[in-house]
Amino acid sequence: MAENTIIPAGSAGRAATPHYDPNKHDPFFDGVSDALADKGFVVAAADDLITWARTGSLMWMTFGLACCAVEMMQAAMPRYDVERFGFAPRASPRQSDVMIVAGTLTNKMAPALRKVYDQMPEPRYVISMGSCANGGGYYHYSYAVVRGCDRIVPVDVYVPGCPPTAEALVYGIMQLQKKIRREGSIER
Amino acid sequence: MSERLKELGEHISHHLDSAIREWSVDFGELNVSIYSDRVEEVIKFLRDDRGCRFTTLIDICGVDYPARAERFDVVYHLLSMNLNHRIRIRTSTDEEKPVASISDIFPVANWFEREAFDMYGIVFSGHPDLRRILTDYGFTGHPLRKDFPLSGYVEVRWDDEEKRVVYEPVELVQEYRDFDFLSPWEGARYVLPGDEKAKGEGA
Repeated sequence: MAENTIIPAGSAGRAATPHYDPNKHDPFFDGVSDALADKGFVVAAADDLITWARTGSLMWMTFGLACCAVEMMQAAMPRYDVERFGFAPRASPRQSDVMIVAGTLTNKMAPALRKVYDQMPEPRYVISMGSCANGGGYYHYSYAVVRGCDRIVPVDVYVPGCPPTAEALVYGIMQLQKKIRREGSIER
Repeated sequence: MSERLKELGEHISHHLDSAIREWSVDFGELNVSIYSDRVEEVIKFLRDDRGCRFTTLIDICGVDYPARAERFDVVYHLLSMNLNHRIRIRTSTDEEKPVASISDIFPVANWFEREAFDMYGIVFSGHPDLRRILTDYGFTGHPLRKDFPLSGYVEVRWDDEEKRVVYEPVELVQEYRDFDFLSPWEGARYVLPGDEKAKGEGA
């Protein structure tokens, strides 16, 4: 690591990171801090601010259908702890922003899945987790399984794997946040 | 162990001789084949007899042999917690001929029989509520029958105009891929692509 590399404040385990110096700061944050100290306010686009706020409080609707649900739970447990991204489980679809379809979606379950999705308030997002939800996976040729949950609901992020690891799901969540920051708007 | 099972088999065949087609002890398991019109009587005997005491019904399942006249087997697995032994009862039937329901003897048989009906179309007479249990509402056919197509008849899709989930005939985007898992070194009885010229060389 170069001598002048900036280790941002908040990096995990920074005390043990080589070249970490609490007096060296990221110029961007220094700039924001200076502007705030100078004028007493900072200027940002309302859209950006709102989408940024949105990414920080995505409440997710658990739709655990099969073994993927176990990895989804794992992502919520202390080791990966998605709640540090403000990504908190919510039992009710009416109060949630994201639905994680975790597992095999069967024909019999499809109308129920759609009903739950329809109950979610806008803006709403869907993460399709695992091979079965992405495209039927192992059960692609089955007589009882929907060949991909995107036949029923629009999907924002596909997480591959059978089942995906909790890390993969966390990465998917971060991709979703990135997507919201990139193209989110307050228009309806 | 199988000595005990032989004794048990003799005990059962002694009491229910006319109901039993044949019985044997194979691989340390007692198998009894019975006539389909005597199911109730046999199961009741197995539950109540002092020497059997099969008080737990583990499962009821179906088997499909499409080549046979009576194409279905109904298999009952019972366990005796008291005497620590198990038994397998088999009987055969066809699409029409009903098998007597044993849901009066073992309440758990209610759902097992519904499952066998759902998956194979085996009819159980005297069942209080014989309808589908696992497959979709309005499902046609019996999926575990050998003549049922793997991908079924319908698939679902959300129709944005109709605002509901619609059923459509199955249309596979990609043909079914039959992966051949036979090892090319042993067991394969076909010419591998590219191996045509190698014929007659070593083998």
